Amino acid sequence: MPAPARVWRKPPFIKDPRLRWGLWLAAGVYLAFALGTLEVNWNRVADGIPRGQRFLASFFPPDFASRWAEILDGIYESLWMTVTSTVVGIALSIPVGLGAARNLSPLPVYLLCRAIVALSRTFPEIILAIFFVKLFGFGPFAGFLALSVATVGFYAKLLAEDIEDMDPDQAEAVRVTGASWFQWLNYAVQPQVMPRMVGLGLYRFDINFRESAVVGIVGGGGIGATLLTAFDRYEFDSAAAILLVIIGIVMAVEYSSGWIRRQVQ
Amino acid sequence: MLRIEGLVKQYRTGDRALKSVDLEVPGGQVMALIGPSGAGKSTLIRCVNRLVEPTSGRIQLGELELTTLGSRALRRARRRMGMIFQEYALVERLTVMENVLSGRLGYVGFWRSFARRFPQSDVDEAFRLLSRVGLDHMVDKRADELSGGQRQRVGIARALIQDPELLLVDEPTASLDPKTSRQIMRLVTELCEERGLAAIINIHDVMLAQMFSKRVVGLQLGEIVYDGPPEGLTAEVLTTIYGEEDWSATIRNVDEDEDGVEAPDDAHAGAASARHPAAPAREEDVVGGM
Repeated sequence: MPAPARVWRKPPFIKDPRLRWGLWLAAGVYLAFALGTLEVNWNRVADGIPRGQRFLASFFPPDFASRWAEILDGIYESLWMTVTSTVVGIALSIPVGLGAARNLSPLPVYLLCRAIVALSRTFPEIILAIFFVKLFGFGPFAGFLALSVATVGFYAKLLAEDIEDMDPDQAEAVRVTGASWFQWLNYAVQPQVMPRMVGLGLYRFDINFRESAVVGIVGGGGIGATLLTAFDRYEFDSAAAILLVIIGIVMAVEYSSGWIRRQVQ
Repeated sequence: MLRIEGLVKQYRTGDRALKSVDLEVPGGQVMALIGPSGAGKSTLIRCVNRLVEPTSGRIQLGELELTTLGSRALRRARRRMGMIFQEYALVERLTVMENVLSGRLGYVGFWRSFARRFPQSDVDEAFRLLSRVGLDHMVDKRADELSGGQRQRVGIARALIQDPELLLVDEPTASLDPKTSRQIMRLVTELCEERGLAAIINIHDVMLAQMFSKRVVGLQLGEIVYDGPPEGLTAEVLTTIYGEEDWSATIRNVDEDEDGVEAPDDAHAGAASARHPAAPAREEDVVGGM
């Protein structure tokens, strides 16, 4: 007689069945209540749809010509802001990122640098921009500062994490040659983190360009300011042109950064 | 030349990796350190160049006491000790030449090394070493393009360009196939002989240890349990080091290999090393499966 087949099932992630089903139930009940409190006024939705159609229709055809000089100025200013804030932000990120890597830095330095990272990540670009506009007045300088600070929070954190993930054997091998700390950084750490850091730098460039449009809306200068003016004047066709230019530049940056990242691997 | 007295290493977890080890290596001697995984072989050589901080004991390189050195003096002392690693530990995104020249970092200033403008004498020596290990045609290849044996050759050149007095070699063949293992061991021992270098070679392959060194030290649970010539490794000795197992095949193969060094029979080497019961057989198993 053959032995009875032994049943096997994948063990559940949460062992206790009461907890497992309880969590599902709680999530379901919460979702039901949340949907229940969402008051949708279907009349207003119905009114809104044709208004939205009219609004979108007024974007067409996009008018590049009548405000072309302003658009060009805005783009130049945004690009200037993007380039400077990316470069300055990354330059400031390097010491902070080295300090925030646990395998490089003693505990006090680590905690300080992590605090800097956490602080600059707490505020989104737009809040930083409002703050700097209050401090230094309208214009691209406030936008540049906002984007630089935001870049530090982003780049230093990812640099620190990449350093913490590096191969310790390679680092040991360079250390035992008698290399100094800076030589060790240059020979053991930098080659390991460089390709990813170049990629992230380009990615941050991309983000900073998009954010430069946002910070402009709160007074940080750049193409965002031009866009806001166009909306204020009800020149939706010009606004559409500006949006198309932004989309075009973001796509160009996206494709070229992808290409560059493949080259540095 | 190297004198270790009462070396103790206790890890923070409470494991005593080394329990009062005394060991002396005279200048020019190539010594094999055998023992099962976890015996403390790696900890021992890492205590010498202070990749691991010893808990207590003394380690003297020549006249220099290593255990109390400050960071600057330690860097200076590390130049006198080359290290070769199990997984080669080359910086993968640097070229072969950069990896070799990184062995000179203890001797050149930051900006020279940053600009990769090493003194001509260093570059000459790097070319000489690369041709000695048979890789002078791969100078500008990136390290991650090389095979395992080639990487280990670069690792050897990197250690030797330091112009060390002592080589610390940590399982140099554990990631290599049997034939390459022998070639690498032969290269290391020949170079030590040419340059009058002392070496401590951690190795869990007993046969390779017997083939290539005149002195074998057996480590078991942090204590030296054997110190003598390779012929002295009898079945009883191997049992003390590794534990109970049928050692006859290992010992017999050693006798055959004594004549067979010129034309090594790799099938035997692979079969024999897979027999070490306590040693982690994983690398050999991988090799055997290929």
